[in-house]
Amino acid sequence: MTSEAQTAPPAGTIGRLRTVVKGAIFRNAGLRGYILLSPTLLVLLGAMCLPVGILAVYSLWTQSGVEIDHTLTLANYLKIFNKPSYMLLIGKSVLISLTVTLATVLLAYPIAYFIAFKIKRHKIVWLILITIPFVTSYLLRVFAWKIILGYNGIINSGLKWLGVIDQPLTFLLHNPTAVVITLAHAWAPIAILPIFVSLEKMDRSLLEAATDLGDSPLQRFLRVTLPLSIPGVVAAAMLVFIPTVGDYITPQLVGGPDGMMVGSLMHAMFFRANDWPLGSALAIVSALAITVTSLGVWFLTKQARERAV
Amino acid sequence: MKFQLPSWMRGGGLTTYAVLYMVFLYVPVLFLPLFSFNDGIYIAFPLKGFTVKWYEAMIETESLQAALFNSIRVAASVSIISTILGVLAARAFTRYRFVGRKPTLGLLALPLVVPGIILGIALLIMANRLGIPLSLFTIGAAHVLIATPFATFVMISRLEGFDSNLEEASRDLGETGWTTFWRVTFPLALPGIVASLLLTFIESFDEFILAFFLSGTDATLPIYIWSQLRFPKRLPVVLALGACILLFTVITVAFAEWVRRKGVKLTPKSED
Repeated sequence: MTSEAQTAPPAGTIGRLRTVVKGAIFRNAGLRGYILLSPTLLVLLGAMCLPVGILAVYSLWTQSGVEIDHTLTLANYLKIFNKPSYMLLIGKSVLISLTVTLATVLLAYPIAYFIAFKIKRHKIVWLILITIPFVTSYLLRVFAWKIILGYNGIINSGLKWLGVIDQPLTFLLHNPTAVVITLAHAWAPIAILPIFVSLEKMDRSLLEAATDLGDSPLQRFLRVTLPLSIPGVVAAAMLVFIPTVGDYITPQLVGGPDGMMVGSLMHAMFFRANDWPLGSALAIVSALAITVTSLGVWFLTKQARERAV
Repeated sequence: MKFQLPSWMRGGGLTTYAVLYMVFLYVPVLFLPLFSFNDGIYIAFPLKGFTVKWYEAMIETESLQAALFNSIRVAASVSIISTILGVLAARAFTRYRFVGRKPTLGLLALPLVVPGIILGIALLIMANRLGIPLSLFTIGAAHVLIATPFATFVMISRLEGFDSNLEEASRDLGETGWTTFWRVTFPLALPGIVASLLLTFIESFDEFILAFFLSGTDATLPIYIWSQLRFPKRLPVVLALGACILLFTVITVAFAEWVRRKGVKLTPKSED
């Protein structure tokens, strides 16, 4: 077999082979699709799947002094599960993110509804107005809240200047509430778009049917519009919840010791404590906590929806 | 002729809410430019008078210029690479039906939802294991990872309503594959390509957490800003810089979105 490949085959065979390969590529849409996709898939595999795989392996190693012990062990995970302060921090991060998610989605829904149903012309202008803050520097948006809520910040100095207060309010910055407000503001725009899309593509004749059958506007909203927009709401919730749990900038800038989240601890493991394996395990546990909570929320909405229908 | 208010100004409560929401969305950020012109070291009321000295100080800071130059270099490379990848991938998704299309789309969306800090940590460990020194290159590679899905989705939204009959017609009229591409496909895709180049540029330009974990000695602009936040005396200069970045970002994004959405129906409507 190999000798056949090595000795140059007659030109006709190569030509025929080329036609066959070309033909296969031309006819097989799947193959052509994957050829176009291959550079992107390579980036995804090399810069996401591979590193996350290495992260998982790393979490099974242990740090002993400056050396890494390469024996596979669950020691890091046991350390995390047995240390209440770590588990509490993860729990608190999830709780803060859930609060942020709830606030963001509740605030976003009316806007999405407004743009989908009340705006007849210039929808694009509104959509662009919503997209702009989402793409502008996250760091600067969070930083803005630090100078607003600070001890000598904009609110305190403003109120003092107006004579409303004598002493700066201390409850504004450096607590979980500041983190929730800042995150809810920073992630607000991303929640609007999925809800808007689900409302926009809704079949309007269903609304007319509901009205014709005697539903009041409120009944119509609760029985038709809201249930049909739930997929958008769930998508919005996930888009806000998943990234915020591990957020580093916001707790660092406005959280203070009370508003600390798991992102700060992960960072500390890598740049201060220099325990990379433990930091990796922490990242994996946080990712698991995010996944489990997301699946839980998704399951509960699904149940609620099925019961309603 | 009867004078009518634009539709968004009628409709009562919901409209009021929408306007208030926009205020909530924009006003906090507007404090940055406001106080960047304030003649005082503290970011506090009352305003002390108008000055441009913080902008002068900003222009004179050399480390800031270096960071700006680094950011531009990274963002330009990222925007070109990710847009090329995005165009190819979007073409594959919109033109061909193949096995595993849905899961691949899901895989592609992952970098957008995986928390940045976890990606940052994973990439840091990989660079360390493979002996790749941290530099602007590692930051750029990480940015390509998050910008490519973004570029792909921008391009998909552009190519989705794309009528493949146009390409067939062109071929029937005697154009070759190559001329069809340049005379039909490319012009139709161009607004998407422009939008994708601009949006991915901004995405990389403003990205902090991946750069934070993956930067070596060279800082990008967000890293520079972060390093300055510890020094209260430097804050007014950070405000001036922030104001410039915001202005640049808003103009670029507004333009990109306008180009992208122009001529594209918001949602495909087959019945109309």
